[in-house]
Amino acid sequence: MSDFTSGFWPIYISIITLVSIIGTWIFLKKQTTRKLAPGEKAELMEHTWDGDLQDFNNPLPRWWLGLFYGTMVFSLVYLVLWPGLGSYSGVLGWTSKGEYEAEVKAAEAQFQPVYAGFMQQDIATVAADPNARAIGKNLFLTYCSQCHGSNAEGSRGFPNLTDNDWLYGGEPDTIKTTITNGRNGVMPAMGGVLGEAGTREVANYVMSLSGRKHDATLAAAGQTKFAENCAVCHMPDGTGMKALGSANLTDKVWLYGGSEATIIESITKGRNGVMPPMTQTLGTTSNQEAKLHLLAAYVYGLPQKQ
Amino acid sequence: MISHQSIEKNLGLLIVLTILIVSVGGLVQIVPLFFQTSTTTPVAGLKPYTALQLAGRDIYIREGCVGCHSQMVRPFRAETERYGHYSVAGEFVYDRPFLWGSKRTGPDLHRVGGRYSDTWHTAHLMNPRDVVPESNMPAYPWLDRPLKDAAIQKKMRTLNIVGHGYTEQEIAEAPAALEGKTELEALITYLQVLGTHAPKN
Repeated sequence: MSDFTSGFWPIYISIITLVSIIGTWIFLKKQTTRKLAPGEKAELMEHTWDGDLQDFNNPLPRWWLGLFYGTMVFSLVYLVLWPGLGSYSGVLGWTSKGEYEAEVKAAEAQFQPVYAGFMQQDIATVAADPNARAIGKNLFLTYCSQCHGSNAEGSRGFPNLTDNDWLYGGEPDTIKTTITNGRNGVMPAMGGVLGEAGTREVANYVMSLSGRKHDATLAAAGQTKFAENCAVCHMPDGTGMKALGSANLTDKVWLYGGSEATIIESITKGRNGVMPPMTQTLGTTSNQEAKLHLLAAYVYGLPQKQ
Repeated sequence: MISHQSIEKNLGLLIVLTILIVSVGGLVQIVPLFFQTSTTTPVAGLKPYTALQLAGRDIYIREGCVGCHSQMVRPFRAETERYGHYSVAGEFVYDRPFLWGSKRTGPDLHRVGGRYSDTWHTAHLMNPRDVVPESNMPAYPWLDRPLKDAAIQKKMRTLNIVGHGYTEQEIAEAPAALEGKTELEALITYLQVLGTHAPKN
């Protein structure tokens, strides 16, 4: 609270606030008329409206007056206990930040023992624990489902995590690395190098690798072009390289689609698959390590479930 | 002392006194906020929006995103666990107007910067259900059209009046920065910078 740009403002706030409360008190006191004796008639107000319309100056009911004074007493007590008067922080020392930190601390005290237990086990063991999977699923739905889907089956351009096909490898530690640091799978645009006809030939060769229906003549022509341009990343046999995250072209898993048109699009324009690092996303509390551990275990366990 | 009768019968005086009384709350609760370091000093690293981000921000406003998405992570554990560090005032110094919002039909977007890839945002804005089948967010397919923001330099000059500090060079280069971009790209550029200067602690 004490971050005003000048010392004037705390004084300004305090004076207006206190003068308002005390001024209202005095004003109310001054305007209160005396309680009438039994049988006594109130005076008439001095004004007359519409010719003959007059009203009595009856005193306010005492309970009503009490409410007015009550609010003023309440406000004064409030201003003593909580921040309100300029830079004064109140007897209770309450801050929104303090309340937040207390909430986080309480939650940590509750969850830390649970997390600590899982942290001592390796990912494969955690992945087999139904309780850990339940927590992992909640974490997955909160942080991962937007791209990989709530059933973890992904969508076009966002990998399916349940099929045991891993671009970067499916070992527990690799999964953890992927989640922690993110991944960036860049396939450069090859359209310029291969030309339109060449692209089509390579596409047909790629389709032949996984046994899809293809044009054999085109595929044969594409084989050398593949060896010259694509094998560096996708390996000569097309099985891909996990260190680069280059796709295995010999299986039936197609991240962007396996039709001739889509493969031609992928070759021509290239692809840029980005998984952001999750460390910045997993909230700010100290359980981040445990969350990474549980998430890695959950993802590791996904294909085993199938 | 002014009598009851003279106030009631003198409309001008009644109005002046009413305004005085009613303004006390604002004078004491709102005005001092303009003179606090935490509300007037940008957080470390925060820069005024670039021309493209600014154009994207205007599309965010035009499409009414603020109607369903807040940009204000409150200091509750439930929110910081989901979104990241709670928002602080110094992050909104260059938000004129701020887009805190008050309704969350969709999630809060203040920490959305860097959370998803550009490709995800493109797919999601074209049709949210392509990536999130359960989503009830409308699709915005028309955003994939050339960005036209003829007033960008004027906007930057106007924001300079209130201290955004765009240099003449930045203003001169603004139209070129928007050249060839789509509305979609501008909006995503804006989204990707949101909340990226969260306090580190």
